[in-house]
Formats: sequence, structure tokens, C-alpha cells
Amino acid sequence: MNINLTLIGQAISFAIFVWFCMKFVWPPVIAALEERSKKIADGLEAANRASRDLELAQEQATKTLRESKEQAAEIIEQANKRANQIIDEAKEQALTDGQRLRDAAQAEIEQDAARAKEALRSQVSALALIGAEKILGASVDEKAHSEIVEQLAKEL
Amino acid sequence: MASENLTASGYIKHHLQNLTFGQHPDGSWGIAHGADEAAAMGFWAIHLDTMLFSIGLGILFLWLFRMAAKKVSADTPSGLQNFVEMMVEFVDNSVKESFHGKSRVIAPLALTIFVWIFLMNLMDLIPVDFIPHLATLAGVPYFRIVPTTDINATLGMSLSVFALIIFYSVKIKGVGGFTKELTLQPFNTPIMIPFNFVLEMVGLLAKPVSLALRLFGNLYAGELIFILIAILPWFAQWALSVPWAIFHILVITLQAFIFMMLTIVYLSMAHEDH
Repeated sequence: MNINLTLIGQAISFAIFVWFCMKFVWPPVIAALEERSKKIADGLEAANRASRDLELAQEQATKTLRESKEQAAEIIEQANKRANQIIDEAKEQALTDGQRLRDAAQAEIEQDAARAKEALRSQVSALALIGAEKILGASVDEKAHSEIVEQLAKEL
Repeated sequence: MASENLTASGYIKHHLQNLTFGQHPDGSWGIAHGADEAAAMGFWAIHLDTMLFSIGLGILFLWLFRMAAKKVSADTPSGLQNFVEMMVEFVDNSVKESFHGKSRVIAPLALTIFVWIFLMNLMDLIPVDFIPHLATLAGVPYFRIVPTTDINATLGMSLSVFALIIFYSVKIKGVGGFTKELTLQPFNTPIMIPFNFVLEMVGLLAKPVSLALRLFGNLYAGELIFILIAILPWFAQWALSVPWAIFHILVITLQAFIFMMLTIVYLSMAHEDH
């Protein structure tokens, strides 16, 4: 158990080992450890953010879906309304058209009737004249009696 | 058992003798044969076996860790990198727990202490006769393969730590502050300065001595028990050496850890003002 030069030799080699470890072993390993822990922290944070984003996106999607449903309903309702309106309009149009046609027909009929009456009346007056001529046996001055005949014809 | 030592005490003595190189009293240089010759060489002699194994193991440690450190990456680690990272993280946590100052030296120092001492202690688990016997066959008379059973190795380390304690004490507190700490505690009166100084000096010097002697004592005792077990008949040795070796795995790890922790604690004390 002699204390001798070995002690100093040990101290020197110890110092060299510590220096080497401090210079070439410790820094890269500890740097890698720190980098990895940072990476893990970043990853966890990214995961958190992603899940938050997902939640947001889902909310957004639900909202959009609801909105579009509402819009679709609105559009359908409008379309229905419009269709009803068109139908109503068409009905009205048809009614007025029919009315007009009927009126026109009525007017024509009345005209025809009037015309026929007129013709009949003139023929009746002519007949009356002839009849009167025959009854009187004398010629009746057409010109002088035409006024009477006219009046007769009107009364007919 | 070594061939030339047939008695038990001779065998034990042989196993506890370092391979000492130095100057014989008659002036010639060479290897000491026996404890008396080694003692006669005085301070200017060197234990070749201790130096060889401690430096070899130190280089092994640094080579291994350097190899991992060169290839280290922040991606998924594997194999050696895992192991190295585990050690580094373990030491880093231990340092962070008890050392609150800032120092670039202390963590690598702690790592070196822990792994190096562990490797040196680990040599204790190699059966006591293997390497000495091979050395004897190779013509080397003595060979102790556990550097930490040599007081020179443990004292060399603890004195280096002691130098760091002094260095940091002076660096952080200044010469005046350090002197004050040595002289004005625990009794802060001028009259008590001598008493304080003696007390604090004992406390200060006890640090390296206790560090060195604790490690040395544990490992020396462990080795001695292995040697004693090796004296038993060959068929009975396993019954004792296996339990002792298993227990010793705990001891060598614990001693390396204690040396490291105490170094950190001492240096952290050196960094703190009271």
C-alpha cells in the first residue's frame, strides 16, 4: 500500500479523460437529447393544434351543412311559390282569354242577328208593299209612300 | 493458484502486490519483487498494472462514448446510442438535482467518474486468478487488475476533485471569501478564528480522504474476500464466490455512484456561499 508516482499518473490521466469527455463526448450527446426533447414537445404541440383544427373544421363543416340545408329549403320553397304563381297566372290568363273569346263570339252573334233582322225587316217591308199594291190594285207611288212603308217596316 | 506461492498467506500477499516499477535502493531500475522491495522504492515508483488497466479502461470508455457521440442523432436512437444516452441522461439528472450553479465541467466530470470507476470496479468480477496467472505465464510476477483497489488510483482521483473544490471555492467566493468561510465558521468572532480554522480544515481535508478511502476500502475488501474464497478447494468455491459476485455487482455500481454524487455535492458546496 505504497503511495507513489501512480497517484500523480492517475490524476493526470483522470484530468485528460475528463477534458476529453467534456470536449468530445458530452456536448454532442446532450445536444441530441435536447434536440429530441424539443422535437417531441413540438410534435405534441402539433398534435394538439391538429386536433384543435380538426374540431374547428368539423364545426365549420356542420355549420356549412346546416346553412346549405336551409338554403336548399328556401330555394325549394321559392320554387314552389313561383310554380304556384305561374299556375295562377296561367289560370287567370286562360280565364281572361276565354272571356274575351266568348265576348267576341257573343258580339259576332249579336251582329249576325242584327244583320239578319235588318235583312228580314227590309224583305218584310218589300213584301208588305207588294201586298198593299195588290190589295189596293193601284200602283202606289213608291216614293210617296215609302215613308209610311219605312215606318211600317220599323214597327215590324 | 500461482505456482510459486503455495501457502495461503503467500498467495494472498502475492495477489495484493502491485507490479511496481522503480529504482531499487542499490540504484538499479526494475520491477520490485515482493512488498519489501516495493516499499523500499519510496515515492518515485509506479504501479504499472494500475496504470495500464486504468488508462486502458478510460480509453475504452471514451472510445465507446465517442463512437456513440459521433453518430448521435435526434432521431430514434438504437443500440449503443441508447445506452450512452441513458448514462448521459442519468448523470445529467443527478447533476441537475444537486448542483444548481452553472458549470460546463461538472457534468462531463461526473460522467467520467461514474463510468470510469464503474469499469475499474468491474475488473473485480473477473475471477481473481485469470489475469494474474496469465501474467505469470508471460513472465510478469505480479498483476493486480482492479485499479480501484490501489489507494493511489482512488487518491489520485479524489485529490483531483479536491483541487477542483479549491479552484471553484476561490473562483466563486474569491480568496477573501474562501478564507472567511474557513475562519469565521461556525463561530463568527475573531477570538474563535483558530478554532474555526482547525475545524473547517479538518472538514475540508476529510473530503478527498473520505472519497478515496471509501472507494478503496470497499473494493479492497471485496477483492480480499474474492481472494479468500479462491483459497478454498476448487469444487466449493462457486458456493461462495457466486453470491459474493452477485452482491458485488451492487457494490461496484453503488461505489461508482457514491463517488460521483459526492463529487457533485462537494463541488456544489464549493459553488455556494453560506
